[in-house]
Amino acid sequence: MLTDITLGQYFPGTSPLHNMDARVKIVLLFIYIVAIFLFDNHVNYGIMTAGALGAVILSRLPVGMVLKSIKPLWWIILFSFGIHLFSTPGEPIFKVWNFAMTREGIIQGFIISLRLVLMIMVSSLLMFTTSPLKLTDALESLMSPLKKIGFPAHELAMMMTIAMRFIPTLLEETDKIMKAQQSRGSDIGDGNFLQRAKGMIPILVPLFISAFRRADELAIAMEARCYQGGVDRTRMKQQRLHDIDFWAGGIFALFLVSLIAVQIIL
Amino acid sequence: MSIELKNVSHVYMPKTPFERLALDDITLTIPEGVITAIAGHTGSGKSTLIQHFNGLLKPAAGSVLVDGVDISRKSNEAKTARRKVGIVFQYPEYQLFEETVAKDIAFGPTNMGCSEEETLERVKKAMEFVDLDYDKYGKRSPFQLSGGQKRRAAIAGILALKPKYLVLDEPTAGLDPKGRESLMDKFRKLHKAQGTTIVLISHNMDNIASYADNVIILNRGKVTLEAPPAEAFSKTEVIRQAGLELPEVKSIMNELAANGLAIENDAFTMDKAVQEITEALRRAGKC
Repeated sequence: MLTDITLGQYFPGTSPLHNMDARVKIVLLFIYIVAIFLFDNHVNYGIMTAGALGAVILSRLPVGMVLKSIKPLWWIILFSFGIHLFSTPGEPIFKVWNFAMTREGIIQGFIISLRLVLMIMVSSLLMFTTSPLKLTDALESLMSPLKKIGFPAHELAMMMTIAMRFIPTLLEETDKIMKAQQSRGSDIGDGNFLQRAKGMIPILVPLFISAFRRADELAIAMEARCYQGGVDRTRMKQQRLHDIDFWAGGIFALFLVSLIAVQIIL
Repeated sequence: MSIELKNVSHVYMPKTPFERLALDDITLTIPEGVITAIAGHTGSGKSTLIQHFNGLLKPAAGSVLVDGVDISRKSNEAKTARRKVGIVFQYPEYQLFEETVAKDIAFGPTNMGCSEEETLERVKKAMEFVDLDYDKYGKRSPFQLSGGQKRRAAIAGILALKPKYLVLDEPTAGLDPKGRESLMDKFRKLHKAQGTTIVLISHNMDNIASYADNVIILNRGKVTLEAPPAEAFSKTEVIRQAGLELPEVKSIMNELAANGLAIENDAFTMDKAVQEITEALRRAGKC
């Protein structure tokens, strides 16, 4: 069913990763991803994989769920593996027509795939352990220095929050309308492309009307509460750094130092 | 013939932390030719339950039989059986989409493969039934109608399907008292005139008291009561536990009986109550 889709990928929990400040998580994630592309020593790949796996274990998420997050990009990973397999010059092992599979190609392809997998894994870890609301709050706070040059950080974050807030509502609405029209005998997803596009009309028209109605109601409700964005607004949930964030920062710094050390020495 | 549910269970979002058992081993029968009311607190599984009646939701376990046909199968027979059940969802006016009222009502019959004349005939009948004049409203956009008219137009869209079983999910929610009464009277008229079986979902017990022949009470995904109204309303405890109230008339009658008026106390509609009270007073020699 349509409403079975969870909002974002947030998976509630109480692990250390869940309890960390979202801003810290975003910054560390960013550095980690840069590190993936900066360090190319084979030992370092081992360290980075260990780091990512350690984070997965710390998050106490079902491992199957984390692996599932890689599934949508499976073909891209396979494709880039294939490209590197045949396009890297080196000692040929196997030849298909004009293309030679090389030993270096296997290694290169493997490394590229590993990089992609690590990147997806840690990013989805952020999504899994952070509620969308905390995520947008953190983004706003990270973007707030840009306010000085006139960047509308608060408005942007507000828009993101509202959009995310309404995803489940609209999904539910779509589900309801689909069921109502199905009860009147419409077969959605039957026939050729044109018929299917036509079949969408009975769903899209009521959906748009209700979306506009909701937007209008929300605007009025916000205005009635004298909402004014940006300046001098306080928050119900203040974002504060706790011990766990400093621990995380410390461990991550150690991790980074070891990466740099390995890169220089080996 | 009837709608029969056998050991039906339904789980929302299985295998996630949001997993929820909405229906728990439900076995019930909606008999043909009567008005059955299904009552329950918000979240008791009413809406989930009715979506099983025409196959919109598939049970996680158990089976649904409409006139003896298992509707979860893929045969044409099952499809015909599914089409015998028409569901009017809550706030049905939000499903209107066509340019004109007449076209919107024709959506269902057209999908069923009715001929043009047949469709027009059905549209006219359905509009007449809900008191919308075909010549006056047929060519208007449904979005220009008032709230109550929209509701009636949407209901006409289901009636045009000529369902044998008509399921109404809170049909009067959000209407004013006058609109409520006239709408419910229309359904009763339909029931009387064409013998349509009606399933009424509501948590308004007064409404149920005055219309239903058969009451089913749901509590947290389980059927806790299935009985005719007189019997159902005597089981105060079960009704309270389900988070519902007795019909007003019934609670007044209970109070009277508790305070020593010698009434039979099986009335739950206004007329019957008046009759019982005068009889009791007469017996006591007070009038």
